[in-house]
Amino acid sequence: MHERKDVVSSPCQPAANKPQLTLRFKIDEKDFLIAGESASKTKKALQQLGLKQEIVKNIAIIVYEAAMNIVIHSNHGEIKIIIAPNQVVVLSEDVGEGIPDIELAMKEGYSTAPNEVREMGFGAGMGLPNIKQCSNELDIKTTVGLGTTLRATIYLNPADTKQVETGTMYV
Amino acid sequence: MTLKEVQDILNAEVICGEHLLDREVKTAFACDLISEMLSFASSDTLLITSLTNPHVIHTAEVMDAIGVVFVGGKKPSEDIINKLDHGNIPLLSTPLLIFNACGLLFSNGVEGCMRGKTW
Repeated sequence: MHERKDVVSSPCQPAANKPQLTLRFKIDEKDFLIAGESASKTKKALQQLGLKQEIVKNIAIIVYEAAMNIVIHSNHGEIKIIIAPNQVVVLSEDVGEGIPDIELAMKEGYSTAPNEVREMGFGAGMGLPNIKQCSNELDIKTTVGLGTTLRATIYLNPADTKQVETGTMYV
Repeated sequence: MTLKEVQDILNAEVICGEHLLDREVKTAFACDLISEMLSFASSDTLLITSLTNPHVIHTAEVMDAIGVVFVGGKKPSEDIINKLDHGNIPLLSTPLLIFNACGLLFSNGVEGCMRGKTW
């Protein structure tokens, strides 16, 4: 009779911080509809993965606001939603004007959006504060004249905050 | 109250989602700024707005709204209604303006909402 050894860690069990799925949305300047569409699609995908309603909503809000920022303030960019067992990272990278004063941009109500954007109901100066409110960690790197990279992390397991590898950044 | 009662109180026309009017409305949020909808509104709330662009419907989806009431007799264009996958969100249009619409719902027991709390 063979002695049976318990398997401590199954080779099929991936590391908790290894990306399992990445959603990707290319965002062009002035393509206002893509922002809401990206958020809606993200929401549906995350619901299918069985994440909690409040977490799904927070991530969808981050995607919506980040995509609107690219549409309004940059030439073009990309949003990736990287899903790992222990966290979801929303990575927004754009090529554009950058943010001259991040502290000011984080202030609720501060906005540099043009009037045409405000008429649609955007540009209220709540975008970045909203992203911060919905994420556990927020990191923004920006170079004026080059662009901005925003990384918002939502932990699915607060005890496990090991970062996922998200690849290269523009700036 | 139900969405059907909201429809009656506001003398509203149902644009789509007739089959979902038995949904219970406990709270509402009235606003014309997308970011404020995303920032402040809690889930399962009724959104009251005068914006009729496609962003509002996407926003209603993202914030898990139970329905949208457009005020001032406004309606999104047929094009928007047909193109968007609004599926689960009933859309209503009332001739009332935003203050009167909110006042009527409030006096009939619908409360204001904010993420995480109601008052």
